[in-house]
Amino acid sequence: MTDGSGLSPSPFADYKPPMDRGAAMVEANRCLNCYDAPCIRECPTGIDIPGFIKKIASENMRGSARVILEANILGASCARVCPTEELCEGACVLHDLHEEPIQIGRLQRYATDPVVLGEKALFKPAPSNGRSVACIGAGPASLGCAAELAQLGYEVVVFEKAEQPGGLNTYGIADYKMDYATALAEIEWVKQLGVSIRCNTEVGEDVSVASLFEDFDAVFMGVGLSGVSPVGIPGEELEGSQDALDFIAELKTHPKDDVSLKGKRVAVIGGGNTAIDAVTQASRLGAEKVYMVYRRTRERMGAYAHEQELARKDGGIFVLESMPVEILGEYGRVIGLKCQKTRSDADGRLEPVPGSEFVLDVERVFRATGQAKRVGFFDTIDGLEFDARGKVIADEHGRTSVKGLWTGGDCVSGGKEVVNAVAEGKRAAMSIHQTLEGAE
Amino acid sequence: MADLSCNIAGIKSPNPFWLASAPPTNTGYQVANAFEAGWGGAVWKTLGQPIVNTWSRYGAMDLNGQKIVGLNNIELITDRPLEVNLKEIYEVKKRFPNNAIIVSLMVESKREAWHEIVKKAEDAGADGLELNFGCPHGMSERGMGAAVGQVPEYCQQITEWVKEVATVPVLVKLTPNVTDIRYPARAAKAAGADGVSLINTINSVIGLDIDTLAPRPTVNGWSSHGGYCGPAVKPIALNMLSQIATDPETLGLPISGIGGVSTWKDAVEFIALGATSVQVCTAVMHYGFRIIEDLCDGLSNYLDERSMTLQELQGISLERIHDWKELDLNYVVNARIDQEKCIGCGLCYTACEDGAHQAIFSERRDDGRTFVEVKPDACVGCNLCSLVCPVDGCIEMVQIPNDFESCSWEEYSSGEGVLAPRPTYER
Ligand SMILES: Cc1cc2nc3c(=O)[nH]c(=O)nc-3n(C[C@H](O)[C@H](O)[C@H](O)COP(=O)(O)OP(=O)(O)OC[C@H]3O[C@@H](n4cnc5c(N)ncnc54)[C@H](O)[C@@H]3O)c2cc1C
Ligand SMILES: Cc1cc2nc3c(=O)[nH]c(=O)nc-3n(C[C@H](O)[C@H](O)[C@H](O)COP(=O)(O)O)c2cc1C
Ligand code: SF4
Ligand code: SF4
Ligand code: SF4
Repeated sequence: MTDGSGLSPSPFADYKPPMDRGAAMVEANRCLNCYDAPCIRECPTGIDIPGFIKKIASENMRGSARVILEANILGASCARVCPTEELCEGACVLHDLHEEPIQIGRLQRYATDPVVLGEKALFKPAPSNGRSVACIGAGPASLGCAAELAQLGYEVVVFEKAEQPGGLNTYGIADYKMDYATALAEIEWVKQLGVSIRCNTEVGEDVSVASLFEDFDAVFMGVGLSGVSPVGIPGEELEGSQDALDFIAELKTHPKDDVSLKGKRVAVIGGGNTAIDAVTQASRLGAEKVYMVYRRTRERMGAYAHEQELARKDGGIFVLESMPVEILGEYGRVIGLKCQKTRSDADGRLEPVPGSEFVLDVERVFRATGQAKRVGFFDTIDGLEFDARGKVIADEHGRTSVKGLWTGGDCVSGGKEVVNAVAEGKRAAMSIHQTLEGAE
Repeated sequence: MADLSCNIAGIKSPNPFWLASAPPTNTGYQVANAFEAGWGGAVWKTLGQPIVNTWSRYGAMDLNGQKIVGLNNIELITDRPLEVNLKEIYEVKKRFPNNAIIVSLMVESKREAWHEIVKKAEDAGADGLELNFGCPHGMSERGMGAAVGQVPEYCQQITEWVKEVATVPVLVKLTPNVTDIRYPARAAKAAGADGVSLINTINSVIGLDIDTLAPRPTVNGWSSHGGYCGPAVKPIALNMLSQIATDPETLGLPISGIGGVSTWKDAVEFIALGATSVQVCTAVMHYGFRIIEDLCDGLSNYLDERSMTLQELQGISLERIHDWKELDLNYVVNARIDQEKCIGCGLCYTACEDGAHQAIFSERRDDGRTFVEVKPDACVGCNLCSLVCPVDGCIEMVQIPNDFESCSWEEYSSGEGVLAPRPTYER
C-alpha cells in the first residue's frame, strides 16, 4: 500500500485505509453541505468540513487541502488518528437520517495526503516580522503553535529532546493508525514553513529555561506527559515487563521482525486507549494470547467503544474486575502475572476479593496505567502554577502564571487527542501574537 | 403479467422496448443477442453510403459521482458495408420473426437514392423504416440528417419520395435541434409518414479536458460539436413528445419516444405522454442488453398494480398539459416542515434565504441542533425547500384552502375572475 507519494506506510497502518477517487467522489457528494454545520463545531480545530468536502467533489484538491491545513497544520495526521466517531463524524446530521455519517476522516486523508506526503508547498513563510518564539517540545501542541506563528512572520525555534520531532504523534500512536514515516513526512512539511526544529536538545538540560526567556520574545511549552509510572507491585523490574508506550515506540522505530511476539503470551494492564493500542499491536505482532487486565467493568473502561471493539476483533481477551498483584519471574524473566478479582464496596470503592487470586501464564507484561506528569520540569520554572494532579494551569488562551510563557496540549489537559493539542497550540499562537503586537 | 405487446403504425413487437438506432444495433450479432435478452424491437444502425468514423468519438458528462448522466458522440452512420448489414438483417429477421426490425436510413437527398435504399431494406425483411433526419454532426455538413430535419419542406419532400415506394410503415425520426418541433412533425404527417420517432441527439459540446483544454471527445487534440443523449435529455424529449401529441395538426400520429430512457419509470412517462413504443440507446451502452428484464418487469408490475392496460396508459397524461395562462392562480400551497423528521441540515434555510423568498427561519437550539420553521405569511409555495430537503416527506406542500373560485390568468385579465390576495410579508 502506498499513498501515491512513493512513501510506503507500514501494513499496520490500515485502520482507515486511503480512498480511491471513485469512492471519494461518491462519499464527498453525499455530504449535504449543511448550514451552520454541526460537524464543524465538533472539530476542535474548527475545520470548514463541508467546505473542504465540496472542494473534493469539485476536484479542487489543492483548495481542499488548503481549507484543512489552514485550520489544522497536522490535518493529515488528524485524518488518521482523530476519534472521528466521537468528534466530527459523531455530529453529522446523517445519523438522524439513519444513514452512515460522512467519512470525514477518510476524506480529509484523501485531500491532504497528496499535498503533505507529496511535499507540495501550500503556504509560504511570511516575511520576517523581527520577533522570535521558542517552543519547548516538538509534539502536536508546539507544532500547531509554531506553524501558526511562522505564517505570521515569527522566527520559531522548537527544542525537542527526542531524536525525532512529533512527540506521541511520531512515537506513541499505534501503527494501525499512524506510521513513523508518515508522521515525519508531515513534519518535514511544517519545516518548510520556516520553523526550525532542534532535536536531541532537552530544555532544562542542554538549554536552560532562563536562556529561552532571554533569547526569545515569548516561549511556548508543549512538553506533553511523561512515561507510564510503575504500578507498584513486585516484579516490575523483570525482563519482559515494560511501559506500553516504550513498547509502541520500539515497534514503530524498528523492523517488525526484530520486535516480533510470535507465539508469546502477553498481558496489558489498564483500560484506556493506550492499553487498547498495546493489545492490538501485540496481537498484530503475532502474540498467541493477549490479555487486557482491568480493575473495573467494561462500561467503566476509559477506552472509546469503537476502540474496545477493535481490540476485541483483534483477539484481545478482556480480564475484567481484576487487578495485578505481582509479576512472577524465573531467572530474571517474566513467567506470569498474578491477579486478584475485585468488586465494589458499599461506597463504590474498589476492593480485592479475598482468596480470588489467579495467575495468567504470560511472558510479557505491558503497563498502560496512565502517563505521569512532568512535575519535575515544572518545578524548575519559577512561578509556574500547576494543580495537585500535575497539570499546568493555563487560561483559555494558553497563558500561564509566568509572564511570557504560554502552554497547551497534554501537559495542560492531562491527555487528550492530537487535534486538541494542535487547537490549543494554535490558540496560544494567536494570543502570543496579540500580546506581542500590543507590546509594540 | 400485463400484456405488453405493441403495435405502432402497424409495426408489431412483443413489447414496446426497442433499441434505438445506434451502436447497440450495429451488427446482427448484437441485435440477435438483444432479442434473446428480451428486447421487442431494434432500429438498425442507420444505413447509407458507408462512412469513416474518427477514433475516440464519445464524451460523457458525470455528475456528483454518477457516471454518464449525459453522453455525446461524434459518430456517424454505419461504417460497415451496406451488403453486410442487409445480409445480417435478413438473417436476424429469419431467426426472430416476431421481433420488430426497423431499418434506419439516410442517403443523399436524391429521389433515386432513396428509392433504391428503401427497396433494399424491404428486401432484407424490414418490418418498418425509420428516416434519420436527425444526425446533428458530420452528416448534416453533407446535406443529410439534421440538415433535412431542420427544414420542414425537405422533410416533407424526402418522406414523400420514400412513401412512393415503401410497402412497410415509415417512421420519421426528428431532430430536436429546431425551435419548434411541431413543424417538421406536421411536414412528416403531410407527406404521409405513418409515425414519428423522437428525439435524436441534441447539438452539444460535452465539455473540455481542463488539463489540456481540449474539447471532448478529442481527436488528436481537436473536437467537433456532437450529439447529446442519455438521462439528462429526457425532459427535453418529454416536452417535444407532448407538443406533437397535443398539436391539433398531428393529433393521433403514432410516436416512438426516445431520449434518456433508462428505467421502466421513464418509459411510463413517455407512454403516458403519448408514445407507443420507446427506444433506448445510452442506457444500453452503459449497462447492456440485460436492462430489458427490469424494463418489462417494472412496466408490467406498474400496470398490474393499477389494473391498467398498456393501451389505457398511453397518452393518459396529455389532457393535463395546458398553456400557463389556463392554470389556476388561486390554488394556494405552503411548505410545512415535519419537525419529527427534520435532521437540522438547514439546506431549506439556505435555499429559501438566498434562492427564494426568505420564508424560512433558522435558529441554533440549546442542544446544538439547527431548528427551522416556515413563516407562513412569507411562503409563496414555490417548492424550492422541499426540493432541496434530503429527507423523504419532511417538507410537504400543503394546500391552504381559501374562499376564492379558481381563476386563471386568462380569466383574470379578461375580468372574469378574481385573484385571492398574495403574501404581503415585509422583509
Ligand atoms: C498510546 C497513545 C495512543 C494515542 N492515540 C491517539 C490517537 O489515536 N488519536 C489522537 O488524536 N491522540 C492519541 N493520543 C494522544 C496524543 O498523542 C496526544 O494528545 C498528543 O500527542 C499531545 O501532544 P503534545 O504536543 O501535548 O504532547 P506530546 O505529543 O507528548 O509531545 C511532547 C514533546 O515534548 C518533548 N519534551 C518533553 N519535555 C521536553 C523538554 N524538557 N525539552 C525538550 N523536549 C521535551 C517530548 O519528547 C515530546 O516530543 C494517544 C496517546 C497515547 C499515549
Ligand atoms: C454513439 C451514438 C450513435 C448514434 N447513432 C445514430 C444513428 O446512426 N442513427 C440514428 O438515428 N440515431 C443515432 N443515435 C441517436 C440514438 O438513436 C438516440 O436517438 C439518442 O441517443 C437518444 O436516446 P438515448 O437518450 O436513449 O441515448 C446515436 C446515438 C449515439 C449515442
Ligand atoms: S481534524 Fe479530526 S475532528 Fe477535525 S475534522 Fe479532521 S478528523 Fe474530524
Ligand atoms: S454534518 Fe455531515 S452532511 Fe452536514 S456538512 Fe457535516 S459532514 Fe456534511
Ligand atoms: S432541509 Fe429538511 S431536514 Fe434539512 S433542515 Fe430543512 S426541513 Fe430539516
